[in-house]
Amino acid sequence: MTALLEAEELVRIYEVRRGIFGRPSPVRAVDGISLAVMPGETLGIVGESGSGKSTLGRMLLGLDLAQAGEVRFAGSPMPRNGTAEWRAMRAKMQLVYQDPLAALDRRLTIAAQIGEPLQIHRLVPRQYQADRVAELMEAVGLRSDQAGRFPHELSGGQRQRAVIARALASRPKLLVCDEPVSALDVSIQAQVVNMLRDLQERNGIGMVFISHDLKVVRNIADRVAVMYLGRIVEEASSDVVFRSPQHPYTKALVSSVPVPGKPLEGRMILQGEPPNPADRPSGCAFHPRCPVAQDICRTSSPALRRIGDGRTAACHAVAGETASIETMRRMA
Amino acid sequence: MGTTNPDLVELRDLKVAFDGVQVLHGIDLTVARGEALGLVGESGCGKSVTWLAALGLLPGKAAVTGSIRVDGRQLCGAERSDLEEVRGGRIAMIFQDPSSSLNPVLRIGRQIVEALQIHRGLRGQAARTEALRLLDMVGIPDAPRRFDLYPHEFSGGQCQRLMIAMALAGEPDLLVADEPTTALDATIQAQILDLLNALRAETGMALVFISHDLGAVSQVCERVCVMYAGRIVEEGSVAQLFSQPRHPYTRGLFDAIPRIDGPRDRLIPIPGTVPNPKHLPAGCSFSPRCPYAVDACGSTYPSLEFQGDGRRLACMRPVPAVTTSGEAKRRIHEGLMA
Ligand SMILES: Nc1ncnc2c1ncn2[C@@H]1O[C@H](COP(=O)(O)OP(=O)(O)OP(=O)(O)O)[C@@H](O)[C@H]1O
Ligand SMILES: Nc1ncnc2c1ncn2[C@@H]1O[C@H](COP(=O)(O)OP(=O)(O)OP(=O)(O)O)[C@@H](O)[C@H]1O
Ligand SMILES: [Mg+2]
Ligand SMILES: [Mg+2]
Repeated sequence: MTALLEAEELVRIYEVRRGIFGRPSPVRAVDGISLAVMPGETLGIVGESGSGKSTLGRMLLGLDLAQAGEVRFAGSPMPRNGTAEWRAMRAKMQLVYQDPLAALDRRLTIAAQIGEPLQIHRLVPRQYQADRVAELMEAVGLRSDQAGRFPHELSGGQRQRAVIARALASRPKLLVCDEPVSALDVSIQAQVVNMLRDLQERNGIGMVFISHDLKVVRNIADRVAVMYLGRIVEEASSDVVFRSPQHPYTKALVSSVPVPGKPLEGRMILQGEPPNPADRPSGCAFHPRCPVAQDICRTSSPALRRIGDGRTAACHAVAGETASIETMRRMA
Repeated sequence: MGTTNPDLVELRDLKVAFDGVQVLHGIDLTVARGEALGLVGESGCGKSVTWLAALGLLPGKAAVTGSIRVDGRQLCGAERSDLEEVRGGRIAMIFQDPSSSLNPVLRIGRQIVEALQIHRGLRGQAARTEALRLLDMVGIPDAPRRFDLYPHEFSGGQCQRLMIAMALAGEPDLLVADEPTTALDATIQAQILDLLNALRAETGMALVFISHDLGAVSQVCERVCVMYAGRIVEEGSVAQLFSQPRHPYTRGLFDAIPRIDGPRDRLIPIPGTVPNPKHLPAGCSFSPRCPYAVDACGSTYPSLEFQGDGRRLACMRPVPAVTTSGEAKRRIHEGLMA
């Protein structure tokens, strides 16, 4: 089966000026990322704030240009941003992000906004548009009497449903969701997550699901990629990553999830702060915060490699030397 | 009880209305010395307003009634100067919106020194020494060198630490922390929760921890209040509420949380949404969303009553105590025993 979406060695570097007169210094927001999403599969992306998740998400849709590397959609390379081919392809891949209020136009009813892509891409003859909008609203669990409402007349969860309905209007094959439920209460979050799961099951949509909420990612994603400072440090099936994280950063991340009723003691609490992306540590970028860092970690950057269980990880201690595996055991 | 050893803070029938719309409907709540109390509930249910009202920090258009006693002293309708003495001195608050608390154009050392001057009359070298001690206590590495930096030169987690340091400047008896970790990364959030626990152990101060994250609450609090639509609907010890939630809303909040282990089943949402305070449903405000509701729930509001086990509960049709032995209870219980 061909992958729905493939990314190979993507790189995105921002020039960031520190202060008004400061010299611009390069921030490697996405630093050589490869991934694949199969049709109907959900790939979860987690990682520290600033690790490049949103940048990666935009690059996958061609909204942010890669300085190196390539994105292929259903086997063919992404056309250039702005061209007619790109627009046609964009109808097949949609972005849903965190703030539904910013994504919606305050002056238009939600029915008008859900119908917009149908007009723009001339997807449905005019006389059927209203039917299609009603169908989309039903699919995301909005009531028909809400069609004439304006965004501010809906709750946060309902607005996010409207955004998702609009994204589905062009019958996309791929959804990139960037923190789609982060602004919602846990009760509403559960409604939207279930809805996304249903839609995906019904329509076989592939999904990239970016979130800092590990519990939500574990529930919705088939596979999970963990990012640290622009790179993937571990990737495996959702079950494997959460049951037995291997990379020390993934371990800390999974351990930091507050579970109701589970005391703080015994959790792995990292020392130190996330690094400055403009001042990437030498060797493994995680080494200044890593509880098992050795000399080699300070000088050489570990490659992402297969380590069984369908898992890849980028860590010297996980790579296989007996001594370091011992250390990892003690840590676990 | 008695007047000799009153609770540190005692709120009685606290009500708040904005432009004629009531958003708090009579909050009864006490905080004992040294205890850690969690306040949970969905967005808009009145968690922040409760404490902003208690500290006299709401805008002028807010109509506040009821009784707010700190150490037995009435604050509702008190003079400004009395309020200011309590605020920052006896009670300090860390706000939900971090940018509102640190002044972006002042060096952080100076901000903490100023707080020390106001609340403890410290000046000069003494103030600087104490400020450095506070920075060290909240885990800002290399404090002497970073004393003269501006807030934007610190990371989000460090800014949260700085705000905690500022709040500690008045040696408060109570720290009210409003969603102190929501904006932070998971690993940094764990650090801050750890810090709050350590500080409490060290200083003996009481803590009110406002959060929508039940997991985080269970890690720092001993007692929890669950709020819904401007009222407390259930209150009890962490162990009680987490092992056997009785209010269907509390139960719903637990059930909606995705699990970090076990099968990846469909999630169990609470149907519907929080009501608009302007159009509260009749009777129990939760009844339209409640799977246990009967007709009576739609006509009278159940009052918050003490139960045999010491918890308080406002519900006519609570989750039966015996049948809570379902999956949710088991996994929470296992967690507590672990
Ligand atoms: N337009 C931009 N110009 C300059 N730098 C940028 C830009 N967008 C992102 N960055 C930088 O690139 C890095 C990655 O940012 P990105 O927003 O992709 O992270 P993220 O993982 O999505 O973080 P978060 O979890 O906070 O959303 C950060 O250091 C960020 O400051
Ligand atoms: N200054 C204000 N003017 C008018 N209404 C207000 C004001 N502040 C709060 N409210 C209203 O009071 C109610 C309670 O708000 P509050 O901020 O206490 O909620 P919360 O429980 O803290 O929610 P969140 O989890 O989103 O912080 C809400 O309906 C809110 O819209
Ligand atoms: Mg982002
Ligand atoms: Mg609040």
